[in-house]
Amino acid sequence: MSHAIVAEGIGKKYRIGASLDPRRTLREAIVDFVGSVARRLRSPIASSTGAGEAPTTFWALRDVSFQVPKGEALGIIGHNGAGKSTLLKILSRITEPTVGEARVRGRVGSLLEVGTGFHSELTGRENVFLSGAVLGMKRAEILRKFEEIVEFAEVSAFIDTPVKHYSSGMYLRLAFSVAAHLEPDVLIIDEVLAVGDENFQHKCLGRMKTVTQTGRTVIFVSHNLSAVRTLCRQALVLDRGQVADRGTAVECVQRYASLAGGSVTEWQRPDHLPSTGALLLTSVESELGGHQPHLRLDLTLQFLSRAPHPPAFVAVDILDALGTPLMQALPRLDGFIGERQGIERVRMEIDLPPLIPDTYFLNVWAGSHNTQTLDQVERVVGFQVTESPTPGRAFPHTPDHGHVVPPSRVRLLDR
Amino acid sequence: MSSLPAGPRCEESLDEPLTFIRPSRGWRTLDLRELWAYRELVYFLVWRDIKVRYKQTALGASWAIIQPFFTMVVFSLFFGRLAGVPSDGLPYPVFSFAALVPWTLFATGLTMSAASLVGNQDLLKKVYFPRLAIPLAPVLAAVVDFAIAFTVLLGMMWFYGIVPGLEALALVPLLTLTLVTSLAVGLWLSALNVRYRDVRYALPFLVQLWLFLTPIAYPSSLLDEPWRTLYAINPMVGVVEGFRWALLGTDTAPGPMILVSSLAALALLAGGAFYFRRLERTFADLV
Repeated sequence: MSHAIVAEGIGKKYRIGASLDPRRTLREAIVDFVGSVARRLRSPIASSTGAGEAPTTFWALRDVSFQVPKGEALGIIGHNGAGKSTLLKILSRITEPTVGEARVRGRVGSLLEVGTGFHSELTGRENVFLSGAVLGMKRAEILRKFEEIVEFAEVSAFIDTPVKHYSSGMYLRLAFSVAAHLEPDVLIIDEVLAVGDENFQHKCLGRMKTVTQTGRTVIFVSHNLSAVRTLCRQALVLDRGQVADRGTAVECVQRYASLAGGSVTEWQRPDHLPSTGALLLTSVESELGGHQPHLRLDLTLQFLSRAPHPPAFVAVDILDALGTPLMQALPRLDGFIGERQGIERVRMEIDLPPLIPDTYFLNVWAGSHNTQTLDQVERVVGFQVTESPTPGRAFPHTPDHGHVVPPSRVRLLDR
Repeated sequence: MSSLPAGPRCEESLDEPLTFIRPSRGWRTLDLRELWAYRELVYFLVWRDIKVRYKQTALGASWAIIQPFFTMVVFSLFFGRLAGVPSDGLPYPVFSFAALVPWTLFATGLTMSAASLVGNQDLLKKVYFPRLAIPLAPVLAAVVDFAIAFTVLLGMMWFYGIVPGLEALALVPLLTLTLVTSLAVGLWLSALNVRYRDVRYALPFLVQLWLFLTPIAYPSSLLDEPWRTLYAINPMVGVVEGFRWALLGTDTAPGPMILVSSLAALALLAGGAFYFRRLERTFADLV
């Protein structure tokens, strides 16, 4: 079997607060290079914090090796800062690896953002040509696909209007459409799916699926785990710059999702969330108790009432690891929180249905009416079910048959 | 982890080029073949720079005329009239304007080129193509401004009753020399600008200084040989004296000057190109 991509021991070192003295830079580069080779000779898996490493440098990627057979789609999963983007940049030749080598067979196209090469002063038509050329299409190729691109983007009426007058949705649709009509042998995609409204996202996903099924080799990075699962056969999990897991996409997504915060039972409102609303969820604690099939989730929610607002009630969504909502707990429909300003603590007890062993997450919503949201926070805490709801079941459960095992009885009827 | 056979090139076919991605060290080749393969992209970048240049300006492409023209007016008043600077027996306005037109091409190309890498950092960080295309495009795009200003120059020559002879054919290589010089300096400065943003502040100063180091407001015939030929180490000296000779028929015999200027420009270009290629690998990380 021939491989489209073979990566061997790729590492990328970045300097924090780059030194401006080139001689020092060069010397350091050589010292580090020799050091890293020596380390790799000693152990095949280099440690992430080598001894004697200058504190001003860090390895965004370390010893990453993988192969992608021709015509296959490889998904890359990982937290922010795990090195996914760095890896894509190296494979697209935007930046060089510090060590290691990759061999890529065929014409490479990379989509690391939507709208690469777009210029706001130019019209839609002009931008199709410009962006197409930047992404590596020939003029003749763009001419041939022009109608198709415009039609897919649904912007035919505005194609001769400068894109600065486009709505953000139109802009993204046109930008994605140009990119989606790129036909290289190897396609490298980062997060491009996160564009537009739900309808268009669906269309994009469909398009990506066609692309992956036409014999093209694809490398795909996304936070959207279910997209990775649908589009890719194989996956690679990166963690702090190293390969943490690899295998089929289905398995990797499963294992990754169960690690990604499923056992977090306490939550404090982080600084990056907006904090200007009248009512804010400030902390959550959860505790899973009881035994299958009578598991109970006890939540303690703390709210801060900052300004007068109609009394609120609270709803909790329970989602699976991929973010699909499974059920909602909504115990009271009348407002009871925040009649006075200040801190209020709410206790919620949820009797869980018989859930299969998996990781689950909670979204918390508070509002005064079903159309009047005061605050909502996604994925505040999670819980992990380890016990099967069916006593004595030895073979594993899979989400392919749903997450809930309803209590059921069966017997032979009299003949 | 299995590896490919030792001689991967034997598997290479025309449709499927094999790309090696590995750390590079030291000086690199220019790889002009790759730049040629991306010529359509260069064309689109030039086209974009031309299209966008005067968008949302009230005067539009008139700026291409206004800048050199008013400089010529000021020079004529102060240097020609008040200071009485000699002009090789020509009317001072057309003498200085014939120099300002190629000078403006050089200065515009250089300024845009020097800012090009930083200005196109979105591209640098998001997509691969030969980076040389980025500083090259604005230099080529500046030719449009040159063409506009050049028609004004022809108008002035007509006004003063100057008819160029066959020497005018030399304009083509002279124009090339201007572009080469502009690109050469643009390569150095754009690469430097990625690392040291000081370039942005030093640039207007450099251009202004260079303007006065070039015989635009005055003739190089003020110098005696061999100093005059040596003076042409500044490549714009050869360009400016060449333009005057080719269009206005000055009898300054600029042949040796043009030769020296060409050699200097080529050396500057080669150095700039290799320096650019050397720093190229750090662009995406540093910009």
